[in-house]
Amino acid sequence: MSRIRRLNEIPRKELFTSGHSLCAGCGIPPMVKMALKAIEGDKVVVNATCCLEVATTLYPHTSWLVPWVHNAFENAAATASGIESAMKVLLRKRDGKKYKIIVFGGDGGTFDIGLQSLSGALERGHNFLYVCYDNEAYMNTGIQRSGGTPLGAATTTSPAGRVIPGKPENKKNLMDIVIAHRVSYAATINPAYPTDMWNKFAKASDLLDKNEGPIFFHYYSPCPVGWRMDTALSIEAARLAVQTRLWPVYEVDHGKIIINIKVNKPKPIEEYLKIQGRFRHLLKPENRGVVERLKKYIDNNWNRLLKLAELDSIY
Amino acid sequence: MSSWPNKWEELPIGGVVDKPGNSLEVKTGSWRALKPVIDLDKCIKCLLCWVYCPDNAIIRRDDDYVEVDYEYCKGCGICAHECPTKAIDMVEEGGE
Ligand SMILES: Cc1ncc(C[n+]2csc(CCOP(=O)(O)OP(=O)(O)O)c2C)c(N)n1
Ligand code: SF4
Ligand code: SF4
Repeated sequence: MSRIRRLNEIPRKELFTSGHSLCAGCGIPPMVKMALKAIEGDKVVVNATCCLEVATTLYPHTSWLVPWVHNAFENAAATASGIESAMKVLLRKRDGKKYKIIVFGGDGGTFDIGLQSLSGALERGHNFLYVCYDNEAYMNTGIQRSGGTPLGAATTTSPAGRVIPGKPENKKNLMDIVIAHRVSYAATINPAYPTDMWNKFAKASDLLDKNEGPIFFHYYSPCPVGWRMDTALSIEAARLAVQTRLWPVYEVDHGKIIINIKVNKPKPIEEYLKIQGRFRHLLKPENRGVVERLKKYIDNNWNRLLKLAELDSIY
Repeated sequence: MSSWPNKWEELPIGGVVDKPGNSLEVKTGSWRALKPVIDLDKCIKCLLCWVYCPDNAIIRRDDDYVEVDYEYCKGCGICAHECPTKAIDMVEEGGE
């Protein structure tokens, strides 16, 4: 698929339709729309149970114009493995058709309950693209904390109050876990940088053509409802996440780390925290320690990435 | 034709949904409290609003100018917030 420099190079035809029940301002659709366009040719979508699944397939309706498979919460990568294996057999035994497999799973379904099926699939080396859209909690069941929830975020199972200041633990580094499997290509994608996102999907499409999967993308997925944020600010939050260095946009191409969006003058993290209700308590003086911990996490993570990016390959 | 069956006997066997993309029957524009109004004199055809709209409610015309599809727009306001030339205003539904 060709790379783009301007958004008018993106084809018009949508394969994901209106009329779904994702909340107003939800950050999931901009990514899904783009993935379906940039991944060229015939494709199958494998969806873990999550907001994306339940809100786009309310019986008797569907928002998908491509073949789409329902999964349990924990096994999307296993289903994708099975589909890929079946496709290979059909291609060998009779005139099968080659198609691309795209998995969408939430952070709960990827960081937590689906992690072992994902790890197995990455290790076996099936040719598919897995996209974890990370809205940083189990949203469709009522905003429970996940391994993807950041330090200090209030959720219904990590409420901010006298006992804890939001989630006491740091976010799990999912990209590190994926990279440990030595996948050919892994990247973080963010809606505030749409051409970068398109070009990564286009590259994934080419790699899938060459049977170089599995490929893994980690998408920053703004969630106005779960983050208690104005619906208009979804993309603003995504941009601030990058500009504060909280959420680096980078890729790992056959072991070579490239930071795609350079952030030379980071904005103060408070600018990111203050637009989201889930973090509001962190701006109180008694929670300054949590913000300091968060800053340290950001600095360590960024500096580590810079160091790794100097290497020819981390594999 | 609506995908809702009149009787359960009309359901496809196995409960499969045999009309791809039929959520177009669900007009989510009724969710909206604020509506975007675009001033095309200010539009520079950057298409950010079109890329970001979660509901495909920004129509990209042949000339790359944009229009709002009020049948589906949920009124989130992302388009207005992201527009680099402030060509989009959010106005109260039923107001004016
Ligand atoms: C084994 C199992 N446990 C619990 C559930 C209920 N459940 C469905 S989706 C979901 C949360 C999904 O969270 P996430 O993957 O983060 O996606 P999001 O809802 O945030 O889009 C839960 C708990 C389930 N379907 N299966
Ligand atoms: S809860 Fe969040 S992620 Fe789920 S549909 Fe609503 S805005 Fe999107
Ligand atoms: S974001 Fe603004 S300038 Fe860009 S296409 Fe939309 S209305 Fe036009």
